[in-house]
Amino acid sequence: MAFSETTRMRAKEIIARYPEGKSRSALLPMLHLVQSEQGYVSAEGIGFCAQTLGLTRAEVAAVATFYTMYKRRPTGDWLVSVCTNTMCDVLGGRPVFEMLSEYLDAGHDETTADGKITLEHAECLAACDYGPVMTVNYEFFDRVDVESALGIVTQLQDGTPPMPSRGARLCPLRQMSLQLAGYGDDRPEALADGVAGEATLRGSQLAQAHGIAVPEYDPETPITRKGGAKPAAQAAQAAGVAANKPASDRKPAGNAPLPQEQKLKESP
Amino acid sequence: MSGPVSRPSPAVLAKLTPVLTKRWSSPDAWRRETYERLEGYEALRKAMAAHQDDLIQLVKDSGLRGRGGAGFPTGMKWGFIPQNDGKPHYLVVNADEGEPGTCKDLPLMTHDPHALIEGAIIASYAIRAHRAYIYIRGEAVNAARRLHHAVAEAYEAGYLGKDILGSGFDLELVVHSGAGAYICGEETALLDSLEGLRGQPRLRPPFPATHGLYACPTVVNNVGTIASVPPIVLGGADWWKKMGTEKSSGPMIYSLSGRINNPGQYECSMGITLRELMELAGGMQQGHQLRFWTPGGSSTPLLTADHLDVPLDFESVAAAGSILGTTATQIFSDQDCPVYATYRWLEFYHHESCGKCTPCREGSYWMVRTYKRILSGHGTHADLDTLLDTCDNILGRAFCALGDGATAPVMSSLAYFKQDYLDYIEGLTAPKLSAKHLMGAH
Repeated sequence: MAFSETTRMRAKEIIARYPEGKSRSALLPMLHLVQSEQGYVSAEGIGFCAQTLGLTRAEVAAVATFYTMYKRRPTGDWLVSVCTNTMCDVLGGRPVFEMLSEYLDAGHDETTADGKITLEHAECLAACDYGPVMTVNYEFFDRVDVESALGIVTQLQDGTPPMPSRGARLCPLRQMSLQLAGYGDDRPEALADGVAGEATLRGSQLAQAHGIAVPEYDPETPITRKGGAKPAAQAAQAAGVAANKPASDRKPAGNAPLPQEQKLKESP
Repeated sequence: MSGPVSRPSPAVLAKLTPVLTKRWSSPDAWRRETYERLEGYEALRKAMAAHQDDLIQLVKDSGLRGRGGAGFPTGMKWGFIPQNDGKPHYLVVNADEGEPGTCKDLPLMTHDPHALIEGAIIASYAIRAHRAYIYIRGEAVNAARRLHHAVAEAYEAGYLGKDILGSGFDLELVVHSGAGAYICGEETALLDSLEGLRGQPRLRPPFPATHGLYACPTVVNNVGTIASVPPIVLGGADWWKKMGTEKSSGPMIYSLSGRINNPGQYECSMGITLRELMELAGGMQQGHQLRFWTPGGSSTPLLTADHLDVPLDFESVAAAGSILGTTATQIFSDQDCPVYATYRWLEFYHHESCGKCTPCREGSYWMVRTYKRILSGHGTHADLDTLLDTCDNILGRAFCALGDGATAPVMSSLAYFKQDYLDYIEGLTAPKLSAKHLMGAH
């Protein structure tokens, strides 16, 4: 099966997002793109990316096998991921995964016999305040337990996908892969789906309820100009910045004192 | 600290500092119109009227430090970008949130995406970058959906593209989804990933400030860091420094999870303590006593109930033997086993180790096996020495901080909870894993 004309056209659009001569940056979105057509990264998909970007198949395969979200075998319409990282695990994620695995007769990274549902256990999904969580095509279902997880999966099997706890209404995995390739959701109604969860808003609502705001905020505060009304020493410093000497390679940028160094120094 | 939901005292409530989170509860703040009504893009107008160097100085003056875990001074990072060097400059926003326990960037991008975009435009203008990328974690599809929409809205309004607000400044902003690799949160691995390679960290120096994306000068900043820029531009450095401590200025989003009554996001003045945070969060759940917690994700050494009054700022947490990290406070109780918790984190590091360097790749692999043996009741006293030996061979010897992070829960749990390990080894605690987990452990 050759890739469709639409996919070929989209590949060109993806490449155009990156500077000229830097088309390799398009590789990750293009791998999502081939998944959006085939449901996984096939040998053919690897060949398509290689050919389009002027890479070898080995170079593309090396990338495709590195990232968890690129699937090496055909997937179902629904990818069910259960978080079993520490927090979700201790709050009950582990039994949810084990139950689903038994119910679906599929292990980690396996698809059901009818080809509809792919199951995986996931590492931290960045929603610990809602744990234990699971996702369907990466949309969150919060505070799941064995019963609610079974209910969600049963609805998927019945063809009546449930509404996620916070995200947008579900769409099949291939359609989601197109969004991952950098295409906005073509369902305008999906954008507004999902209100902010209770845990997300806890701090801000507590502040609101008690009328708390950071005092002395004045959006008109002027931005100090070089050497303006500053004391001499600070002005000299500002002038130094204006000269803006190029950084040397010895100067660490973006590198905090390495945590391990700090730890070695500070640990009791 | 255990009992029914408690009410926070006024003194503790006063530590709440809604700055980055203040728009989250406005249901439509992700739309440009609503955002604009709530001060949106006012900072951009103000910034574009200022000189770039004055903006860098402003951020330096504010004392803003990176919110992605390392806490490097942001203004200094911007200042390292060489100017008039004839090379293109890049801003890359690290939105690859995935440190276990961390859940502050996804809600920000979902509920207030324009705040990130506005910050990114100002930062790009300051460092003279004409292309910016938001590298967002692949799994974060809902946040990415809102971001894509917000970027499109920003282009329509002339906040992005050519001649932004008539200033002559051009900026292209692209949202780029990752594909499921924790290591891409490490800034040089992220750059490799953005260049279409396996996400593996680079040797430094050279640093991204001179040789970043496409070997050009690049600033890589976390979502929270960039979203802090508009409020600093509006309120000023002195106002920003009214929050937090002298060396750790500003507000910080503390992500509380686990055995507390009201888990969630609490934006507070930096330096608040866990005792105070737990008061805000309604205390421990009924029947649970605090036993251990992470101050900033699983890569930061565990702390215990003895550390309830440690101010959660960069310096004080370091002095207590841990790291502030991403202020992801995961709270565990007397009903949670520190050995099992550490085992699960080790499984994570093993899975996410990129394989580039031997200490991390092999060390995480063997430690998982040692934990399985201990937890299935077949551990020996020598296993504890093996774990510490392995940590010695990873810490400071791994290519990047991921390996070091893997040693954090192991060393700290052994330091504070050695008896828990001994109880498995000596048969006093029932095995937590069955024999089927033991395959190949010996």
